[in-house]
Amino acid sequence: MSVKTFTPAAFHHQSAQALSNPQLRHNFRGAMDGLMAKRLGSFDSWDIEALRDLGQGIRQKALRYLPDLLEQLEANCQRNGITVHWAESADDAGRVITELCKARGAQSVIKGKSMVSEEVELNARLAEAGIEALESDLGEYIVQMAEETPSHIIMPAIHKNTADISTLMHQRTGTRETNDAEELTHAARAQLRDRFQTADVGISGVNFAVAETGTLCLVENEGNGRLTTTVPPVHIAITGIEKVVAEFKDVPPLYALLTRSAIGQNVTTYFNMISGPRRGQEVDGPEEVHLVLVDNGRSRMYQDEEYAETLQCIRCGACMNHCPVYTRVGGHTYGTTYPGPIGKILMPHLLGLNTTKNLPTASSLCGACGEVCPVRIPIPKLLVRLRNEAVGEGKGNIEGAGSARRPMEAMGWKLFSWLARHPRCWRVGVRVVQACRSAVPKRVAPWTDNRVRPTPAATSLKQQLAQRRRS
Amino acid sequence: MSTVKLYPPKPEKVYFFGTCLIDVFYPGAGLDAVSLLERENIEVLFPDGQTCCGQPAFTSGYRAQAIDVARHQLRLFDEPWPIIVPSGSCGGMMRRHYPELFDGQPEEQVANSVAERIFELTEFLVHVCHVRLKDHGPDERVAMHTSCSARREMGLADTGPALLRQLSNVTLVEQARASECCGFGGTFSVKHGKVSQAMVEDKCAAIEAAQAEHLVTSDCGCLMNIDGHFKYRKAKVQGEHIASYLWRRSS
Repeated sequence: MSVKTFTPAAFHHQSAQALSNPQLRHNFRGAMDGLMAKRLGSFDSWDIEALRDLGQGIRQKALRYLPDLLEQLEANCQRNGITVHWAESADDAGRVITELCKARGAQSVIKGKSMVSEEVELNARLAEAGIEALESDLGEYIVQMAEETPSHIIMPAIHKNTADISTLMHQRTGTRETNDAEELTHAARAQLRDRFQTADVGISGVNFAVAETGTLCLVENEGNGRLTTTVPPVHIAITGIEKVVAEFKDVPPLYALLTRSAIGQNVTTYFNMISGPRRGQEVDGPEEVHLVLVDNGRSRMYQDEEYAETLQCIRCGACMNHCPVYTRVGGHTYGTTYPGPIGKILMPHLLGLNTTKNLPTASSLCGACGEVCPVRIPIPKLLVRLRNEAVGEGKGNIEGAGSARRPMEAMGWKLFSWLARHPRCWRVGVRVVQACRSAVPKRVAPWTDNRVRPTPAATSLKQQLAQRRRS
Repeated sequence: MSTVKLYPPKPEKVYFFGTCLIDVFYPGAGLDAVSLLERENIEVLFPDGQTCCGQPAFTSGYRAQAIDVARHQLRLFDEPWPIIVPSGSCGGMMRRHYPELFDGQPEEQVANSVAERIFELTEFLVHVCHVRLKDHGPDERVAMHTSCSARREMGLADTGPALLRQLSNVTLVEQARASECCGFGGTFSVKHGKVSQAMVEDKCAAIEAAQAEHLVTSDCGCLMNIDGHFKYRKAKVQGEHIASYLWRRSS
């Protein structure tokens, strides 16, 4: 089964499959261990908690004034010569970009890495219009070649090892098979180089959109982002409406947090500040620059004070790198554009809980994600809230609320709650459990698949304490 | 609430909240925790009406039911004594989540008062009792698993290990990925059984790789999970609640 057909509804099946794939587990475990160690090292000489406070403050400030900042961003972008387009849905985003491409008679598009473009399935939409989109980020290039989707928001091909990539590139591009990652990188570079020159349009994402100046900041390591945004005659930037920050001085702290949290890097090789098309006598740069601001469910999240915190996300992926579930099942298992802890709170908002109700429960609530989040999104708290909505006990207006409600389970919790409020009846319950201790079946799946069953003690703590005090 | 906790002087009395798991499955651990406290010349009060902190319902999404359960527990601690909980997850629920559950409710004040008086057992022994343990046990290599709630909700990564280090014949081993979850997570272990199983297998493998003979933890959920897997595999490592381990070796 191709990962492209994975769905969030089939999380259980997909996770079982992933768990029984030792190579996949090895690839993720190794990569995530490395990323966690690098992150820790890169914050070595920083007061990480103070920096996280700052990051959270900057993102919260931006969200508090989001509508105003978006208008300011639009005005300042237009002043810089960047045309701003608003896309309420994934369809809108696809249509706007397709039309922009068609207007230029574009046949081919070169793309920098953009998760929002994955979210709106841009490549498929362009293909429908007969426009070929080529991914130029190395990880995305590999994933596209394999006809897969990214398994991580920062490292799209992290599920593959060098041997997998070598075989793939050999099959698809005739690259010489090798275990030398550098040689493969050089081969990919050579394969891509001409395509930047011949592409009619370059499409990129945006890491921070600065309202104050109308500047689009793009963080990258490969230089493909710079080429994508400067070589083709048209540059289209696509991003979510939440990526706006108020002022230019907000960028350095977020950038410091982003690169360290993501891959333990102090600074990236490239940091692009895009502030408009080629001007007057300038010899390079695109003739047209467009910014497509995508809502796609974000403004609905924004209406809810708690869920709005999800929009603080700067897409570093640290929550994935530190998640014991993600580490074991990998990104494709989630069946959603954004996997891992942040995906588990984001995707129910984008897709509704009907299909995503198994995601918020796929967490032991260990809190590792919340502990590393550079902007302090309370991910565990939001997962509990979504569980509340999913079982139909919540008050939010999220689509599919109540879809995980099972009458017997709800009855069970009501009974539990009643007993816990009536200690005498609770004690009777405890005594019943004790009396039946030998009757507990040996196998209680899934618990006893690899553990012994828990056996109640013959007498409870309360009984034993009373006994001790009498003696 | 601030993450910095100011610790009071050692009190004359404390309340003991035994937790439902200890009451039913590990009463010995509760008894040993009480013994440790009594040895510090503290009178231990065990409110009769205690049942469960409400966490299972809370994390399963049944917030209203959890609030009802929590409201009942709030009535048990009228006098201003500290409340000792031999579990990081129940302690985390009562310290971190009770104030939020009763925010703006008539019980807000009492919920805050209870939350402020919650101490996880090892935290209380270290920071309030300043215990000094004399080790009467044999040489042993021990691994400690600090529960995620103790570590992250209560900020208590160090109190369990600090107590174990006081035991002169105990070698506290370093495990790989010590801070990683054991895979219990309450209903998670049932709803996502296979993922949970993979996690506990890795946790046990790491403990064995560190050549531990014994595994101690301050949470009975983790104990049931980790020790349950060791027993399933008939492994040599023995699991125990930290209260029992400390009491057994120092009494």
